[in-house]
Amino acid sequence: MNAPLTPTSLAELAAAVRSAPRVLAIGARTKPRLSAVAPDVALISTLGLSGITEYQPDEFTFTALAGTPLREIAATLAARGQYLPFDPYLIDAGATLGGTLAAGMSGPGRFRFGGLRDFILGVRFVDGTGRLVRLGGKVVKNAAGFDVPKFFVGSLGRFGVFGELTFKVFPRPAATLTLRLPVADANAATQILTAAAGARWEIDALDLLPSADAIALRLAGPAAALPLLAAEILTRFPGEILSAANADALWADLRELRWTFADGPLLKLALTPAQLPALAATVRTHAGRLHVTAGGNAALVSLLAPIASLGLPALTLRGPGPLWLNAPASPAIAAAVKTALDPENRFPSLSA
Amino acid sequence: MSLTVTSTADPTRFLRRLCEILPPARVLAGPAQLAAYESDGLTAFRTAPLAVAVPETQAEVIALVRLCHAEKIPFVARGSGTSLSGGSTPVAGGLVITLNRLNRILRVDAAQRLAVVEPGVINTAVTLAVASYGLHYAPDPSSQSICTIGGNVAFNSGGAHCLKYGMTSNHVLGLKAVLATGEVVEFGGTSREQLGPDWCGLFVGNEGLFGIALEITLQLLPRAEVFHTVLAGYRTLEQAGDAVSAIIASGLLPGAIEIMDALALEAASAAVHAEYPPGCEAVLIVELEGPREVVAAQRPQLDALIASSGPVEARPARDATERAAIWKGRKSAFSAVGRLSPDFIVQDGVVPRRRLGEALRRIAEMSRVAGIRCANVFHAGDGNLHPLILYNGTEAGALERAEILAGKILHMCVEMGGSITGEHGVGLEKRDYLATMFNVDELDCLHRLRTAFDPLGLANPGKMFPDGTAPALAQHGLHPLEKAGLISRE
Repeated sequence: MNAPLTPTSLAELAAAVRSAPRVLAIGARTKPRLSAVAPDVALISTLGLSGITEYQPDEFTFTALAGTPLREIAATLAARGQYLPFDPYLIDAGATLGGTLAAGMSGPGRFRFGGLRDFILGVRFVDGTGRLVRLGGKVVKNAAGFDVPKFFVGSLGRFGVFGELTFKVFPRPAATLTLRLPVADANAATQILTAAAGARWEIDALDLLPSADAIALRLAGPAAALPLLAAEILTRFPGEILSAANADALWADLRELRWTFADGPLLKLALTPAQLPALAATVRTHAGRLHVTAGGNAALVSLLAPIASLGLPALTLRGPGPLWLNAPASPAIAAAVKTALDPENRFPSLSA
Repeated sequence: MSLTVTSTADPTRFLRRLCEILPPARVLAGPAQLAAYESDGLTAFRTAPLAVAVPETQAEVIALVRLCHAEKIPFVARGSGTSLSGGSTPVAGGLVITLNRLNRILRVDAAQRLAVVEPGVINTAVTLAVASYGLHYAPDPSSQSICTIGGNVAFNSGGAHCLKYGMTSNHVLGLKAVLATGEVVEFGGTSREQLGPDWCGLFVGNEGLFGIALEITLQLLPRAEVFHTVLAGYRTLEQAGDAVSAIIASGLLPGAIEIMDALALEAASAAVHAEYPPGCEAVLIVELEGPREVVAAQRPQLDALIASSGPVEARPARDATERAAIWKGRKSAFSAVGRLSPDFIVQDGVVPRRRLGEALRRIAEMSRVAGIRCANVFHAGDGNLHPLILYNGTEAGALERAEILAGKILHMCVEMGGSITGEHGVGLEKRDYLATMFNVDELDCLHRLRTAFDPLGLANPGKMFPDGTAPALAQHGLHPLEKAGLISRE
């Protein structure tokens, strides 16, 4: 495989796409299985396309080039008291904004206000014909044209190469407080996840920890209110309030995937709380580890070696094994949409 | 690339086959029957369709779309016909498929906080059906007591709470749809997360150009425990705008931030007998919501911000009845303007929030120069303006003059870096302005997507794209703006 192409401007990005019959964009390759494609596919690195191009704190929006590290964005927003409410993964690992969108990597905080799909506003991208186009908008509300930016969430770079992205952001809550609620098993976890999600507390994050023995429940809001909410929650579900340092470490470890096996497959799944017990049992059978997030709506599974099935569709982010397990059925319209955006099949198919 | 509605369609044969799918009572084809369907919320445009079909089941809708495909007859799906962009204006020679009888809530899963509904279900009916579980459906367009979820999905409807909760699309987890080709697809599912591209996200907001949603899975949210709703009156619009800026800069995230101007207030107070602080050029409505402890902690901060913004008067709602009254006044503003003027156009442009004040000054100036009254009701937190342009349709040239003003306002929004539509969609009304936001390559990209879903161009043709193939407008000859030489079709 040749060295990746390294465009440093949007015009060069478009030229890079046109320069080879088969191409795929890569960022920092923190989810390397997603770009482990056939050797005839030329890779285009977006790392030379880095930087926040527009940030209007009073608009709750920013625009950044696709290769901008999340770290830089998070720091810039934090300096103005704002944050990425979809709470992306692998910030310290160097993940880029574009790679995060392509991989659909919304983190635990997606529980409260939603994931990438709920904050992406606009995308400037190069389509399969090598044209640089901008769809969506730069304001927090826009209904003009089809919502292609949303479509790109989780699209794995198979429909276009991102050049520049516009997101909505929110003011960072004044304080956070994390509770650790021990659970006996996955059934008990499901019950707590379900009950807590429907309660009045406006929970910020609700995860089953990889240790499988506790739920982490994060509150976010005015400092004065959180201990009051926590006290009530602890009367319903026994547990403890974590110190700020322990809470920060817990969420940072989850965010940076430090609980995973280094060399085995790491998979992402979409699920419902009701599917959690069966998934937990399957993972245990294979001596794997499981982080359930978003109140039981998403999961990451770390395994020692590839397996054939987890019983649900799963996407391999890292490590050996096929890209998909139990690949979700592709809607019949998928081929026509692929042709519309990439008529010459310049980008790999979703299945490879 | 042109969208072809072939001239080989045989209306007589089509109507005959239509009656094989539906009983005669549910096929409307007489002039009097069709009259009720000639226009939607954008009343300036009228077209009689070939027929109106009234299906009661998903299978019937699928059969109707397949018949249209086989017979190359264009079709327009319609819910309650509240589109303000002409999204459900019929196509001459085409079929209107009304979905009001597909109004079943198929499933409520309180534990997973979701509801599966048919497209004809009324927006507020979803919240009514789940209120006993302490849940609600967040998107709340002003027409929510009559508009349907199917229409909300087609046009990605917004409402007063978009800044915090997003639009319809942010609440659709899955859907089943019949595409224009007759193919039935299922996108998304019941999880709040997804793997692979977001097909649901692509479908929502398609303006009826991809097909018809048959079943929609909606996420529900726990209903906020308490609200703190404040209505504040200001001498000037600028002061109200400055108050919004101060609230945004404070780090608070209110559920809603709305402004109404003097003309809108006059209309609303006449219509719903709301009493607003006298002598105000603007009224601001701000609402905090959440657990009681959270609202209790944030309330003093908001109250202090408003007190220091120089209001004539600030009135917090003391109970649920007063809160409901504040929202009734706000949500009735569009229809209330009907008391001030026989006809009006509702605009839906978006500007960057920090330029709201400038946008309002320019609208006022354009309105003065044109000699046309213009009321303003808007989602200030989103920068989403709703200028209501008043005219008398019986007066020669009045509609055309109103449309010219509307066009100028849209151009201003785009020039400021905003959008021609925040939540009403492009539809028929703004299709000639799509090209002000997107260049030729971008329009071509959108067009190719449309063709992927609908190769024959049968689903709601003439909407969104300035492609000049709209039978609806062909009936009317040139668009008024074309006559004025302001726009041209590609």
